[in-house]
Amino acid sequence: MRVITQGLRAFGHFWWDFLIGDAPEFFVASAVIVVLALLLRHHRQAAYIVIPLVTVLVLVTSTFRAARRARRA
Amino acid sequence: MHTTSTAVLLVAVFGASTVEMVEALTIVVAAGVTRGWRSALEGAAAAVVVLAVIVGAVGVPLVHYVPIDALRVAVGALLLVLGLSWLRKSILRASGLKDLHDEDAIFAATTNELENTPKTASRHGRDGVGFAVAFKGVFLEGTEVVLIVVGLGASQHRLGIAAGAAAAAALLVAAVGAVVAKQLSQVPENTIKLTVGTMLASFGLFWVGEGAGVHWPGSDLAILALVGLFALVTFVSITVLRAGRPPITQSSGVLVHGSTDR
Repeated sequence: MRVITQGLRAFGHFWWDFLIGDAPEFFVASAVIVVLALLLRHHRQAAYIVIPLVTVLVLVTSTFRAARRARRA
Repeated sequence: MHTTSTAVLLVAVFGASTVEMVEALTIVVAAGVTRGWRSALEGAAAAVVVLAVIVGAVGVPLVHYVPIDALRVAVGALLLVLGLSWLRKSILRASGLKDLHDEDAIFAATTNELENTPKTASRHGRDGVGFAVAFKGVFLEGTEVVLIVVGLGASQHRLGIAAGAAAAAALLVAAVGAVVAKQLSQVPENTIKLTVGTMLASFGLFWVGEGAGVHWPGSDLAILALVGLFALVTFVSITVLRAGRPPITQSSGVLVHGSTDR
């Protein structure tokens, strides 16, 4: 029983680390991008401009925030 | 049309597998040197077998029973999370704002820790700690490879090709590691991680769009355009960050075995 509990905890810990880790904004952003893609699927041109743009904005914002934190530390 | 996505898939899986296997090799070599090679190699082999079983048990049903569009959205979102995380970490490392992944330091830390742990030899002369550490190292590092293999392979119905590319990378790293008889600290891990992060993010975004019903212009060729976009953003980000304050000195960022370090 203890082995199963430990295994489940390790499994949950892996997924938490994988999906959330030190950048939870990417998990939230991915969910938002999926919703955006579903909403814009009938508006092709808007979709293939807005979706990459949002992704790039999230990446740049998150990276520069982390850089600012690293410089302060 | 499929040549583009297959080529990107091969490079992404091979690169991701190489990075993770170099990290796993460091732990296996540390376990082998301190606890005996038999236990370390058996632990590594057992982990590879378990990972292969997971690819077969999870990947094959995904390909056959899950609707392709739903699969592509889910896999795309996962790849996007992983790709963006790898990109951010690689940009910070390339800019000197985060410690590089130092295989020598990890090797020294793991070796030191294992040397201070009492031997636990079994009837068959197997050291339990060496076996467990090697198993855990290969399994944890390999799990991300499994996710990428299953994700990219299943969403394109090319599970065999993806698994083959991962196996080839694992064999290459193991062969080179055996020849030089040490962990591969000279491998440009951050450059590979940056390249693979670009590809994973591009693939992720592409599959999220395709699965949701957005048909990208140029079909599979859009993957190359997305790779170019992320590469440009990465290059500009590194240039701007490097132009900022002087980089931090390399110091503490040693990761112990068992860390997934995505």
